[in-house]
Amino acid sequence: MIAERPRGALARLPLLYPAVVLIVFFVIPFGIMLAVSFFRREPGGFYLAEFSLTNYANLFTALFGRVLAFSLFISAFCALLCVGLGFPFTYLLTRMPRPRQVVWLVLLVSVLSLSAVIVAFAWSIMLSQTAGVSNLLVRLKLLAEPRSWSPGFWALVCGMAYLAFPYTVLVLYPPLARLDPHLPEAARTLGASPLRTFFTVVVGSLRRAIIATLVMVFAFNLGTYLLPQILGRPQHWTLSVLITDEAIYRSNLPLAAAMAVFFMVVSLALVGLAMLGGRGRPGEEA
Amino acid sequence: MVRSRMLPCVNLWLLVVLVFVPGASFGAEKSIKVGVYGGYFKDSFDKHIFPDFTKETGIQVESVAEPTGEAWLVQLEQAAKAGVAPADVNMIAQTPMLRGQKTNLWMALDLNKIPHHKNLLPVFIHKYPDGRVDGIGAVSWYITLVSNTRVFPQAPQSWAEMWAADKKDKLGLLALASNSFLLEVTATTFFGGTKLLDTREGIQKALDKLAALKPNVKLWYRDEAQFEQALKAGEIPMGQYYHDVATLAAKEHPVRSTFPKEGGILDSGIWAVTRACKKVEEAHVFINYMSRPDIQKKLALKVGTAPTVKRELTGLTDAEFAAVSSEIPPIVPRYDIYTGERSDWINQKWTEMITR
Repeated sequence: MIAERPRGALARLPLLYPAVVLIVFFVIPFGIMLAVSFFRREPGGFYLAEFSLTNYANLFTALFGRVLAFSLFISAFCALLCVGLGFPFTYLLTRMPRPRQVVWLVLLVSVLSLSAVIVAFAWSIMLSQTAGVSNLLVRLKLLAEPRSWSPGFWALVCGMAYLAFPYTVLVLYPPLARLDPHLPEAARTLGASPLRTFFTVVVGSLRRAIIATLVMVFAFNLGTYLLPQILGRPQHWTLSVLITDEAIYRSNLPLAAAMAVFFMVVSLALVGLAMLGGRGRPGEEA
Repeated sequence: MVRSRMLPCVNLWLLVVLVFVPGASFGAEKSIKVGVYGGYFKDSFDKHIFPDFTKETGIQVESVAEPTGEAWLVQLEQAAKAGVAPADVNMIAQTPMLRGQKTNLWMALDLNKIPHHKNLLPVFIHKYPDGRVDGIGAVSWYITLVSNTRVFPQAPQSWAEMWAADKKDKLGLLALASNSFLLEVTATTFFGGTKLLDTREGIQKALDKLAALKPNVKLWYRDEAQFEQALKAGEIPMGQYYHDVATLAAKEHPVRSTFPKEGGILDSGIWAVTRACKKVEEAHVFINYMSRPDIQKKLALKVGTAPTVKRELTGLTDAEFAAVSSEIPPIVPRYDIYTGERSDWINQKWTEMITR
């Protein structure tokens, strides 16, 4: 079937909807934030609508650099962890009979219905000394005495990976489900071991999907703000926590906006680099 | 200062609803919207205060759960610019009160319509620098040294005990300079008083002393619930917390609240009305009602807050008074330094100190 080009204003009307949504929910709020980031902060008050670059100049501190670097690091780390665990998981999932796949997918989607608050508190209790899993390990004689593992770096990693894992699987599922089962079969017939088949054929042919998923999960992790407060120590607070402190607790909206804009630019640049690096060689299929 | 269990993001949505669905509850009878800190305060006020107020005055009260003081201030400020008042009367912490003054956010109150203001302790009549009254003390409360009785059978005596070596990784403290008032605590405990904080050098001294406390801190919390649960369980067995909620928790959990010999931190909330408020009459009636000695007594007994009116007017017994307050002179926060010229510098230094 050949698609006809839309003719006349009426036929183009459906296109208007996404445009309006994009403008109302993204362009306008972002524009306001961008504008506020150039406003002048009035110490002890709010801000004045006067052009000023001080907010951006104030970003160049060791503190900001350290927190920015940590935010990017932990987001990337958790993205790698999620894709590392999620890719083989999803591959095995797509090899299962259909009804079992549905059960797994429903379970995963139900995790998404939990709020970050509940997830954070649940992990902090699970990793606590008084009621956590270490008590179980003591019973099993694997540990001498119960330990406290939260707050800390690994507690934060657990919480973040837990929230991002369902997304990872949901994003990886379509390309893996579409993968021609004859490809790994052919590799096996030609004598490749299952592991070798998995790494060279399955991973190899889905390289771009994997990079796209990494980028998506990385971007998803960047926004984390509640988990670092509950599961992390102050050195694990992400930039989102600092932005909230400035905006909500110190009424310094211009600095918060400048931090958010800068954070977004750096993140977009990294995402762009990853996409560039993930481009296939000419003639290679996705 | 920060008395909220609600999270700011939830309240941003609340603001959206409030701004775009104005007057969601129209009624023939008189009504008023009162913003109270969400969680313990709102629940207590809904139960013990608002029904009786309606019975007496015929004014219906719709309570609005407020987030932390400064968060609510940002929302009030934006709403006032649009000519909207998310709540008619708001419970506002001291620092945001000062901040709101800069933009003339608060409506000047008419003391003639609040005859009970005469009962109040003088500090609870809040004024603009030019003398206009912009707020009346709502409730005051103490932040004290709390501990888990199972982990620490002996009650602590002094704030200085937080620095002791045996407290390593055992403390829960508030995360911000302007809500923990730890600079004031440090200045009072080790440097003879909060006058130390008059200068940058003094503030730096207090910060350096606080930096030595960091290995002992397990959790720097922003939200009460984060710490309370861990305190009850003994997971984080000591820290600073609100005297009223801790006393309530002590009834069922191994928790105690102690006034250290240097004094508890005395903080308070103020009733304030933004310039966008349209129910000015009702707001005055409400504030006047809340300043009555018998209502302040009821608050002390039912909610556990320290009275804003002179003690002798309340008729509280010594035991009742001791449960909510203390004869030890309190540490009064230096709200001025968190809104003055040095506020951004203090915040920057504070964050650097605790995140390093």
